[in-house]
Amino acid sequence: MENFPLLSAITFLPLLGVLIILSIKGEEEIVARNAKNAALLTTIATFLFSMVLWFSFDQTTSDFQFVKEAEWLGGGISYKMGVDGISVLFVLLTTFIMPLCILCGWDTIKVRVKEYMIAFLLLETFMLGVFCTLDMVMFYVFFEAGLIPMFLIIGVWGGNNRVYAAYKLFLYTLLGSVLMLVAMLYMYGEAGTTDIEELMAYGFDPKAQIWLFLAFFASFAVKVPMWPVHTWLPDAHVQAPTAGSVILAGILLKMGGYGFLRFSLPMFPVASEELAWLIYLLSCIAIVYTSLVALRQTDMKKLIAYSSVAHMGFVTIGIFAFNVQGIEGSIVVMLAHGFVASALFLCVGVVYDRLHTRDIDRYGGLVHNMPKYALVFMFFTMASVGLPGTANFVGEVLVLVGIFKVSTWTTFFALTGVILGAAYMLYLYRRVVFGELTKDDVKAMLDMDKREILVFAPLIILTLWMGVYPSTFMDFIHVSVDNLVTQHEAAMATYHAATETLAQAAGN
Amino acid sequence: MYQTIVFLPLLAALIAGLFGRQIGDRGAQVVTCGALIVSAVLSWVAFFQVALAPGDHSTHVQVLSWIVSGDFNVNWAFQIDTLTAVMLVVVNTVSCLVHIYSVGYMSHDPHIPRFMAYLSLFTFAMLMLVTSDNFVQMFFGWEGVGLASYLLIGFWFKKPSANAAAIKAFVVNRVGDFGFALGIFAIFMTFGSADFDVVFSNVSNYTDHTINFLGMELDLLTTICLLLFIGAMGKSAQLGLHTWLPDAMEGPTPVSALIHAATMVTAGVFMVARCSPLFEYAPGALDVVCIIGASTAFFAATVGMSQFDIKRVIAYSTCSQLGYMFFALGVGAYGAAIFHLFTHAFFKALLFLGSGSVIHASSDEQDMRNMGGLRTKIPVTFWMMTIGTIALTGFPFTAGYYSKDMIIEAAFAAGTSVGNYAFVLGVLAALMTSFYSWRLVFMTFFGESRASKEVQDHVHESPQVMLIPLYILAVGALAAGFLFSNNFIYEAGYEDFWAGSLFLIGDNIMYAAKLVPAAVVFSPLVAMILGFAGAWYCYIYRPETPTKFARSFKFAYNISFNKWYFDEIYDFLFVKPAMALGQIFWKKGDEGTIDRYGPDGVSAAVVRMAERFKQLQTGYLYHYAFAMLIGLSAFVSWFVMGGQ
Repeated sequence: MENFPLLSAITFLPLLGVLIILSIKGEEEIVARNAKNAALLTTIATFLFSMVLWFSFDQTTSDFQFVKEAEWLGGGISYKMGVDGISVLFVLLTTFIMPLCILCGWDTIKVRVKEYMIAFLLLETFMLGVFCTLDMVMFYVFFEAGLIPMFLIIGVWGGNNRVYAAYKLFLYTLLGSVLMLVAMLYMYGEAGTTDIEELMAYGFDPKAQIWLFLAFFASFAVKVPMWPVHTWLPDAHVQAPTAGSVILAGILLKMGGYGFLRFSLPMFPVASEELAWLIYLLSCIAIVYTSLVALRQTDMKKLIAYSSVAHMGFVTIGIFAFNVQGIEGSIVVMLAHGFVASALFLCVGVVYDRLHTRDIDRYGGLVHNMPKYALVFMFFTMASVGLPGTANFVGEVLVLVGIFKVSTWTTFFALTGVILGAAYMLYLYRRVVFGELTKDDVKAMLDMDKREILVFAPLIILTLWMGVYPSTFMDFIHVSVDNLVTQHEAAMATYHAATETLAQAAGN
Repeated sequence: MYQTIVFLPLLAALIAGLFGRQIGDRGAQVVTCGALIVSAVLSWVAFFQVALAPGDHSTHVQVLSWIVSGDFNVNWAFQIDTLTAVMLVVVNTVSCLVHIYSVGYMSHDPHIPRFMAYLSLFTFAMLMLVTSDNFVQMFFGWEGVGLASYLLIGFWFKKPSANAAAIKAFVVNRVGDFGFALGIFAIFMTFGSADFDVVFSNVSNYTDHTINFLGMELDLLTTICLLLFIGAMGKSAQLGLHTWLPDAMEGPTPVSALIHAATMVTAGVFMVARCSPLFEYAPGALDVVCIIGASTAFFAATVGMSQFDIKRVIAYSTCSQLGYMFFALGVGAYGAAIFHLFTHAFFKALLFLGSGSVIHASSDEQDMRNMGGLRTKIPVTFWMMTIGTIALTGFPFTAGYYSKDMIIEAAFAAGTSVGNYAFVLGVLAALMTSFYSWRLVFMTFFGESRASKEVQDHVHESPQVMLIPLYILAVGALAAGFLFSNNFIYEAGYEDFWAGSLFLIGDNIMYAAKLVPAAVVFSPLVAMILGFAGAWYCYIYRPETPTKFARSFKFAYNISFNKWYFDEIYDFLFVKPAMALGQIFWKKGDEGTIDRYGPDGVSAAVVRMAERFKQLQTGYLYHYAFAMLIGLSAFVSWFVMGGQ
């Protein structure tokens, strides 16, 4: 067991599923059914494997665990996997969300089912790779490779305007990636390694840090997404099939936040501190701006997409508060958003599957014929506005506690988002669920079936669990975040000492 | 025992809410009412054990750890002291009676289990609020009651006005929560903890400290207290953040009685009283509390005089009475504020449930212009409403007499300019209270009936299940004053009763209130009589007076009738701009600027470039040869130059 490459197994298990699906031959209908089954079983197996991680993860150390290393490509780049408290929960989030994604497209995807499932499994491997790898180049490869299946999912199985959305996603992300790649090349030239652990300890020249930070920022900010590079997200969500939206909101966005935590903060501490104002500014604009925009949306998915941008604003604020509460809070917000935003997109999916429109005005009065749906939707609406007792509250309150110590203005604007968040979510809920049931096609809609309830049940349980007793999850991250903060403070202390000596030398 | 009191309503709510279809209407009613009766009885037991027994019997119950992150450590825990015990009694008694009343009131509704579940859920959240031992759990309860309030106001989800009112209540409360949350963050930053124990025992070390808040250097404790008070203003509908309360009357009447009169809206008063150790060290903040409270008492009373919806009149009355509680807190008469909260719960719930009985009797009519003459047709309801009214107006020896008069006297005894302001407005508001309360009684129960024939024929007294809660509340409205005044406000039992759960730095202002001049003592009584006489003159003796008055004092009447135009002003200042900004950011910002010059611009540029390159591909061999030649010569010259 000691030598078993657990992380590699988790990461590449979906590829095995891909191989199996590829080998399925026969009539179209049978292929489709078998492909669905194979994909579901693969994702469940991956999830079960990852539960080993949950149970055998050592919560008392900030070191990387389950580390496996091998030479690759002649030694310049190594194959290295490992997780710590910061990444482990993202791995679990990914493996947890995937089976739900497969399930939610079960009846609705009718064309190219085999390819659809393959795309999702490939995506899972790439996402897990991002969170598991400890090599910068591999990170880059996984980070960018994830774009391809996502591009295809939107471009092939998306809505009417899918090509525009897919290309917009591609264009934004590509621009960021190019800059990140340049920065990585520079870093390799400087430090002579692509090992993330070694790079964290390297200590780049403060002047260079600014440029490196900005280059990485270009890529992560697009992924998060931060204002003003967020406009790809609403379009991508609107055009993506439900499962695509779930992955996008649930996991892909978190890769940006994870990137900040894994690269920007530990490798460029000085630059992070110097440019924190920029992050605060953009995040506050994002929160207020996108909340106001969300108020005016007539498309359900677009509204929730804009709310995602606002929520991710909390994440970036928390990370750059540089204290334990802020960073832990941002991780919790990311996980909570992973549950809640996923669930909200699933909620949209439920009615979209029945009426094939996302136009809010086409609905109304659903509570009459879909009471179960009304309850589930209400639950996640309230979770989304950060009601205490749900996961979002824990994350948001920690982020705000953290940032309050640093900047009251930022707290002020972030809290404005909390007010506006209540306004746009309740306004959405009212228009869709409450009111008279007048439209004939809406009257004919049936309440949620067993499969749909099965998809929502685990999300509800986790959202509540994390809201009432978050320690179960946060115990994983305490030590690693503590370590991150300590390292950061040490780096800043060294930097300040150095600049002081320099100033004194200049004075003499 | 305390776990049972708090979690039993939650359990009942879950059963009724999730399995309503299985257990049926009757099952849901039995489960929720049963749970609440048990909770209410246990609350009284707790009240006797903790509050009435001599000495300090406060206890602390740890349930579960909640949020742990670095030095931020919050638990699910209960702190039971006298203040909590009083709130337990108020919340559970009224809630229990409202549950029972609802069995009758909502009997024709198709969604009974859902309604009962919401009521119990509300009770649970309110109990979490009052039993909390830290600010964050209090915030949990705070938002929880907000959720329940939202669900119950919008209970009749077919009505657009109910949906709008529900959203308004939630969002306006969020504005208050905005301040509350900032206050909590400031408290944690200062004290390193959000537990009441830790915070309150360290307050005295932080006088004269400052905090940098939004770029300003402000006095630390005053800032914290004012931020907390913003939260209290939202929940307790104080001037500026009161606009949601009248609209909240869209909800079923039992909801108005429970949430929007007796319990939830008093959460702000409770919170300030709970934080008395903080506020005592922030006299500036207390002055603000006093001014806002007195202004609200006055403002709401002026509006209450001209409204025609029976529930809205009582809603403004609630708003006004909450103002009394706040200015009592502001002058340091914490005991009087909580006593008024206690007595007010009885008579205001009585008035609301009574008006529910009226509405029930007159086929869901709420406009008093279409009522009248109901005294003989529903005599029990009439007498119950009269008892509620005399208690509210402070008729001697009823509940309101003890608590309200003490508040007015304490305001005078404070001797400060702020205290005098509160005293004057308090007496004026008492006059108006008496006027609008009797106006309500006269318009509803006296004179000729103005209802349509069918409604008149259908008028009937409510069933016993609705009347029994009224009897019990009436007993409270009459007797709560002289039974408990010694404990709550008078020197004889004060120290023993509160046992330190209310904190004071200086002398107890309520002891000084005994020494105020006789003119002050009698002023509320005189105000009450004048108000009664005015109402009698306008609505019994000369019923044409109000119309004449409205015509000759059009300006004053319009301000009152239109609620000082708060809704219109807010709509203009906040709602419309937010909507407009949203539209601008979306169309002009995202689509017009970012997309136009970002991805769309880039793609357009690429297309343009491609068009140009296409022109280069002419297909003529000599064009390509020429290009190659230029390229070659460029290369050669570069090498030659570079070689030097």
